Amino acid sequence: MTTIDRTSAQTRTVQTRDVVVIGGNRIPFARAHGAYATASNQDMLTSGLNGLVARFGLQGQRIGSVAGGAVMKHSKNFNLVRESVLGTPLDPATPATDVQMACATGMEAIGSLADKIRLGRIESGIGAGVDSISDAPIVVTDALRRILMEANRAKTPGQRLKALAKIRPGHLAPQAPGVNEPRTGMSMGEHMAVTAHAWGIGRQEQDELALASHQNLAAAYDDGFFDDLVTPFKGVQRDTNLRADSTLEKLGKLAPAFGRDLGEEATMTAANSTALTDGASAVLLGSADYAEAHDLPQLATFVDYEQAAVDFVDGAEGLLMAPAYAAARMLERNGLTFEDFEYFEIHEAFASTVLAQIAAWEDEEFCRGKLGLDAPLGRIDRSRLNIHGSSLAAGHPFAATGGRIVATLAKMLHGKPGKLGFISVCAAGGQGITAILEGR
Amino acid sequence: MARDTYTEFANTPLGRRLTSALGLPQPARLRRHRPGAPVVPGPVVVVGTGTVSDEIASLLLTWDLDVRRHVEPRERVSAVIACFDAISTPADLSETALGLGRMLKQVAPSGRVVTVFRSPDAASDPALRAARKGVEGLTRSLAHEMRAGATANGLVLAEDLDAGAPSVAGGLRFLLSGRSAFVSGQFLTVDSVNGVLPGDWDRPLEGQVAVVTGAARGIGASIAEVLHRDGAQLIVVDVPAAGEQLAATANRVSGTALQLDITADDAGERILAHARQHYGRLDIVVHNAGITRDKLLANMDPARWDSVIAVNIEAQLRMNRALLADDLFNRPEGTSGPRIVSLASTSGIAGNRGQTNYAASKAGVMGMVAASSAQLEARHGTINAVAPGFIETEMTAKIPFATREVARRLNSLNQGGRPDDVAETIAYLASPAAGGTSGLTLRVCGQNLVGA
Repeated sequence: MTTIDRTSAQTRTVQTRDVVVIGGNRIPFARAHGAYATASNQDMLTSGLNGLVARFGLQGQRIGSVAGGAVMKHSKNFNLVRESVLGTPLDPATPATDVQMACATGMEAIGSLADKIRLGRIESGIGAGVDSISDAPIVVTDALRRILMEANRAKTPGQRLKALAKIRPGHLAPQAPGVNEPRTGMSMGEHMAVTAHAWGIGRQEQDELALASHQNLAAAYDDGFFDDLVTPFKGVQRDTNLRADSTLEKLGKLAPAFGRDLGEEATMTAANSTALTDGASAVLLGSADYAEAHDLPQLATFVDYEQAAVDFVDGAEGLLMAPAYAAARMLERNGLTFEDFEYFEIHEAFASTVLAQIAAWEDEEFCRGKLGLDAPLGRIDRSRLNIHGSSLAAGHPFAATGGRIVATLAKMLHGKPGKLGFISVCAAGGQGITAILEGR
Repeated sequence: MARDTYTEFANTPLGRRLTSALGLPQPARLRRHRPGAPVVPGPVVVVGTGTVSDEIASLLLTWDLDVRRHVEPRERVSAVIACFDAISTPADLSETALGLGRMLKQVAPSGRVVTVFRSPDAASDPALRAARKGVEGLTRSLAHEMRAGATANGLVLAEDLDAGAPSVAGGLRFLLSGRSAFVSGQFLTVDSVNGVLPGDWDRPLEGQVAVVTGAARGIGASIAEVLHRDGAQLIVVDVPAAGEQLAATANRVSGTALQLDITADDAGERILAHARQHYGRLDIVVHNAGITRDKLLANMDPARWDSVIAVNIEAQLRMNRALLADDLFNRPEGTSGPRIVSLASTSGIAGNRGQTNYAASKAGVMGMVAASSAQLEARHGTINAVAPGFIETEMTAKIPFATREVARRLNSLNQGGRPDDVAETIAYLASPAAGGTSGLTLRVCGQNLVGA
């Protein structure tokens, strides 16, 4: 089955319509503390939006809504997306919303805009995301913060002095923003190491996946695939994490970076885990009418998306396994199986994340026991997986990954009407999003 | 763009006194086109004995100009149009030439002299051709004699061309206006009655769609801006590596950015596809993208030679084939036809040490343009080239100071041109009014002393 009867798949009382992906733009992703070390989230997001505006001639246009966000964000950037929009030639009457859902921020921004368009609330939308490790906010300790707030509330100089006198040298150490899971204190990599071990994901297959990601991304750049998806920023033309000349031998020599307590059985290295990255992306969505009226291309239909979350805190499920659950619900709702998809874009948080999700979907016991299905969801043909590279090669500026994937997959599906593409993006907090695009 | 501090200084009261006392070049601030400004600020004198002068005088009156056939002593005039259409032998030149000469001291700063004559190439009679060639010679020499930013150019009409042809009006207006600020000692030919006069001379490209290659910066970005100002919708093209500046250009001109290497086999098809998707039409293509890889021929390597030829001329030839094979690059009969304007270079005319590859490519552009005009004529279109001289760009700002200073002064206007000077000429050649001019290479060089 390659087409979807969406009217029977979704029960609804309101008239809905197709949402099309018109195109996307991103700046090349750069390894943290590298080329974009002095660029702020707002600089990068503005540049990403400017490239999108330039590509589609949106100058002076009022877009229905721009939704996006950053995972690593200072409170002063409470209106990060709106401030970025004001730095573009878009009509200043374009409203903007900041969204945050960890690594699935971009997907959630795009999915929620698609819903608004589907319902006829807006005609056009830009889903965006940006992240900077290099420009991450440094925060003071909670103790110092409490003292400063107390001093701020003080009514007399004496009270203020008394409050400030409580400051001790230990309070002054700045705290870099944590990427560890607050409830377990474990890093994402350590969580993934547990999941990978439980699923028996081997070192060799992870290295192979990482190598394929680099080779596929390099080939796509060489073929000009990204000519209308990427706009250079600060002189950077390609993702700086990309290593076109990597080999299995080189990858095989690296020492494990996560799950070291597994000893000989540790498999996750710096190369088969994504590097911390800076970057921004944006995707233009609209109703088919909007695209037609503005002479804009219609690459693919944004068919559906699904959020999921798992209970990872007590170890009942792996931190990054939520997409497995989202996929099951989303496929069932649309009456689809993996057999129906032409392309799979599974975000490579770690090579083992992709492999563990695939293993789970192929596993009878998991699909019956955890997903409540009669049979496994099915095999994913590797020749259809991340064929133009993914996060291991491109890097993963958390909130920008959704936009990268949606624009890439939409372009792959363009000119293949009815062909389907599957997206899976895992996120911190045991969350995840899956989505379906259909070629036009 | 490099600052020309000498020109700035020479235009201060002290600078004027000093440069005059020392006999140094005195570059003037040139009058440049501003939308809404009159074609010329003051009186225009039309001299000549033939019928063309009468027709031109009537034309100028329709533009609400202060048109004269004579001039009062000491009165400032903005332009003199000298019509030599009635000459048949060199002896006939004197009346009009000397009449023109008597007025020259009254020509205002940034004033204009335009000689109008029939094409020498069309004359088989030796005396007639000698007379017409004589007008060329006198115009070129007069251009050297002009002062204070004033220029002299020729408008050359085909043998039997009606002086009421749209391109006579268009060409005359271009040469009189600030659009031709850095054009001097040049000849604009009008071959046919093709062309359509614009409803609004300030928006001649209204509704048209133009592609500019190499538009990320420099002259290309300026071309995009001028075409946009003149009413065109823009598709700006540059290599993906220049995408950030290209996006900035696109956003300045409310156009669309197309990241594309023009040496790709399907570059023409991809431009057409973009135009078809976003605009449903394509009227103007400006082949501006070009590179230099200078080296003496004795030291030239294949990479330098081949890349210059590939980008500067082979890509244009290939794109033109694609454009001319597609009906999108065509217009309904009765409207202005499609336009191609290519960037040549004075290096391609005069040659330049270290630029055998570049000069080969740019002379090639001139050859291509001349040979392609018949193909464009078939769809009532035109193809022309513009050859810039020394233009103040990021590229020429990198030339060592002394060399740059000399290069700037080596023309009749004693200064470098600006990117928008090149752009203005391109915008004219791309306009509906220029439909009668095709196959031409027009220099925008301030009458550079080097070269033809």
